Amino acid sequence: MGKIGLIIWREYWTRVRNKTFIVMSILGPLLIAGFFTFMVWLPNADKTTQKIMVIDESGVVKQNKIPDNEFIKFYYPEITYDEACKTFQEADFTCILHINNSENVAVAAIVELFYKKSPGFSTENYIKSQLESKFYEFQLASNNIDPNVIKNARRPVTLATKKMDESGNAVDSKHEDVMFIGFFCGVLIFMFVIIYGMQVMRGVMEEKTNRIVEVIVSSVKPFQLMMGKIIGVAMVGLTQFIIWVILSTVLTTASSAMIFNKIMDDAGKLQNNKEIVYKQGSNLNAEQLEKMSSKMEAIEVIQHLKTINFTEVLVCFLIYFLGGYLLYSALFAAIGSAVDSEADTQQFMMPVMLPLILGYVMSINFIQNPESNLAFWGSMIPFTSPIVMMVRLPFGVPLWQIALSVTFLIAGFIFTTWIAAKIYRTGILMYGKKITWKELGKWMFYKG
Amino acid sequence: MQAILSVKNIVKKYSNHTALDNVSIDIPEKSIFGLLGPNGAGKTSLIRIINQITGPDSGEIFFNGEKLNAKHVDHIGYLPEERGLYKKMKVGEQCMYLARLKGLSKKDAELRLKLWFEKFEMKGWWNKKVDELSKGMQQKVQFIVTVLHEPRLLILDEPFSGFDPINANLIKNEILELRQKGATIVFSTHNMGSVEELCDNIALINKSQKILDGSVKEIRKRYRTHTYTVSFKGSMIAFANTLWAGGEILTKHTEDDINHVTVKLNGGNKPNDLLGAVLPIAEIISFNEIIPSMNDIFIQTVNQTLTVAGTQSNLTE
Repeated sequence: MGKIGLIIWREYWTRVRNKTFIVMSILGPLLIAGFFTFMVWLPNADKTTQKIMVIDESGVVKQNKIPDNEFIKFYYPEITYDEACKTFQEADFTCILHINNSENVAVAAIVELFYKKSPGFSTENYIKSQLESKFYEFQLASNNIDPNVIKNARRPVTLATKKMDESGNAVDSKHEDVMFIGFFCGVLIFMFVIIYGMQVMRGVMEEKTNRIVEVIVSSVKPFQLMMGKIIGVAMVGLTQFIIWVILSTVLTTASSAMIFNKIMDDAGKLQNNKEIVYKQGSNLNAEQLEKMSSKMEAIEVIQHLKTINFTEVLVCFLIYFLGGYLLYSALFAAIGSAVDSEADTQQFMMPVMLPLILGYVMSINFIQNPESNLAFWGSMIPFTSPIVMMVRLPFGVPLWQIALSVTFLIAGFIFTTWIAAKIYRTGILMYGKKITWKELGKWMFYKG
Repeated sequence: MQAILSVKNIVKKYSNHTALDNVSIDIPEKSIFGLLGPNGAGKTSLIRIINQITGPDSGEIFFNGEKLNAKHVDHIGYLPEERGLYKKMKVGEQCMYLARLKGLSKKDAELRLKLWFEKFEMKGWWNKKVDELSKGMQQKVQFIVTVLHEPRLLILDEPFSGFDPINANLIKNEILELRQKGATIVFSTHNMGSVEELCDNIALINKSQKILDGSVKEIRKRYRTHTYTVSFKGSMIAFANTLWAGGEILTKHTEDDINHVTVKLNGGNKPNDLLGAVLPIAEIISFNEIIPSMNDIFIQTVNQTLTVAGTQSNLTE
């Protein structure tokens, strides 16, 4: 093992043995999974069943009752509003829904909901939307219009987007549904570059403030030390990524397989019924149709997913992750070498972070518009390309563009590494000096 | 004696000052060489160039007759003045790492470390984190790491700072033993006492220039002022009369009937002339030459260059 190998090994080994790393590697996927579960669970958590007493003076809802759902039950006691108010505190009901007997009730109905404890946003929403549709149906009925006519008149439309190639054949095109794969990869690269770039910076600062750096650079060249650190930390990042992938796969395999299979089952059935659906659509009522259509959309997402070349995405992810990381971490290393304390890093961090954040912001925009000129240039310029190209990738990017972008990226990190090395070798041995941009500029021209 | 390290006409400039201005030094093999100079004189710049941490703008360095190159770093051990260790790493692991960076094999490094840990009575430290060690203990670890790969050239920058007298003595003896075994030691310090005690040769750098070098004995001889202390019993007046034009009395005082006189001899007068003249009239108790200390020489030379530089800048203004 050469000297640079030793440095890489130390950087890697001391980091992966660190408790924080182990905890984060194991907890990371659990935390993410837990977070999503929590998000799903949260609205249903601690939900008490709302028992709502409806005092309908208009009679609209009494005739056409609001359906109960899992957490909201409606009761229609034969009492007056005043009686209800008096008995409410002792009664077993959580709310009173008071619908005024107004002449103009259907124009702008004022309905009051009284509660002991706030029933929450979702309950209120449910009541509001249900009431709106009940009044709507009432109005239709009073004008002798069959509500089913209106319902069936509305037909959900699925827009199938297909790209036509030169010979006039429709090809299975990439679809916006799949943008999240690219965006997810882009965000992951963004996060990893920042997290591990900062680790490189802290590592350099640690060595500098510890004053061990002078001992080490008497054994190896400053450039070797810098590169050893950068590569070692990159391996830590990759290790963490691989652990996350494996753990998340294990964690989600069972559940996602179940979900996936079910969807595919439905898909098969629906595929058979597709023609029937289109032909006999008019015989189905609107609700059935809506359900059908939402399922069909899910199927289409899966079909679109199949159009993504996952090998390409994975290979590109690794290339752009490493390229982007190398490009930025060299700059982070240079910052770490130039300053004496973390507080001094601020003024230098800003210009380094800016293009990174710009890439992230741009990529949000490019989800809508992946083939714009700006997106093209964003995916070429090495400072933004690792994020922007990942976003563009699922929409299909010609190979020459990928090749060009990767070439620029490699040239980019060679360039930043070259600059960083010059600042680094002067910076690590410079203490107690207020460093300015001008000073950094000078360092670049010092001789070996 | 052959020079293990020859520094020839080294110039190193930074953007707004010159750190080393045409400095040449020869460091003889198997000796202890003192690199002296006030703060900011350029010592650290020179040491860094020798360690190939930075490069000179011009000039050359030869290690053992060969032009200094990357493979020589394994033959040099460097203990910087400002030194540290990785705080979170375990002592043993850290020593292994630093030793292997100097080109030792895993097996060799482990074997030698075990010996040194035993010698310095620090066997129990192997699995401790550096954090848990006191500053003096850390210094010991650093010293071991510096000498572990048995470098032919050892560069020690203020090696005794931070040590208590017992450990400083331990280190001093190690340094002498290393020279015995054939190592050459370059020793940068402000402690002139230890320079006189340890160094065979010195070079004095001030304001980025070498202003003095040679063997310690020779330099001190060169700076002698032909001043002697004579202690005697007898008449002070008779002593002064006998001395007459042969020399002048600088100081004198009497204690318990014994006169102590410092005499500066004039012209070509020898100590024997003085002794011959006073023997008939006084009972001599002791007779010593006052040889200037390295401390005096240091202050004297640095101040001289200061005044010279001062006049020069006055002239240019």
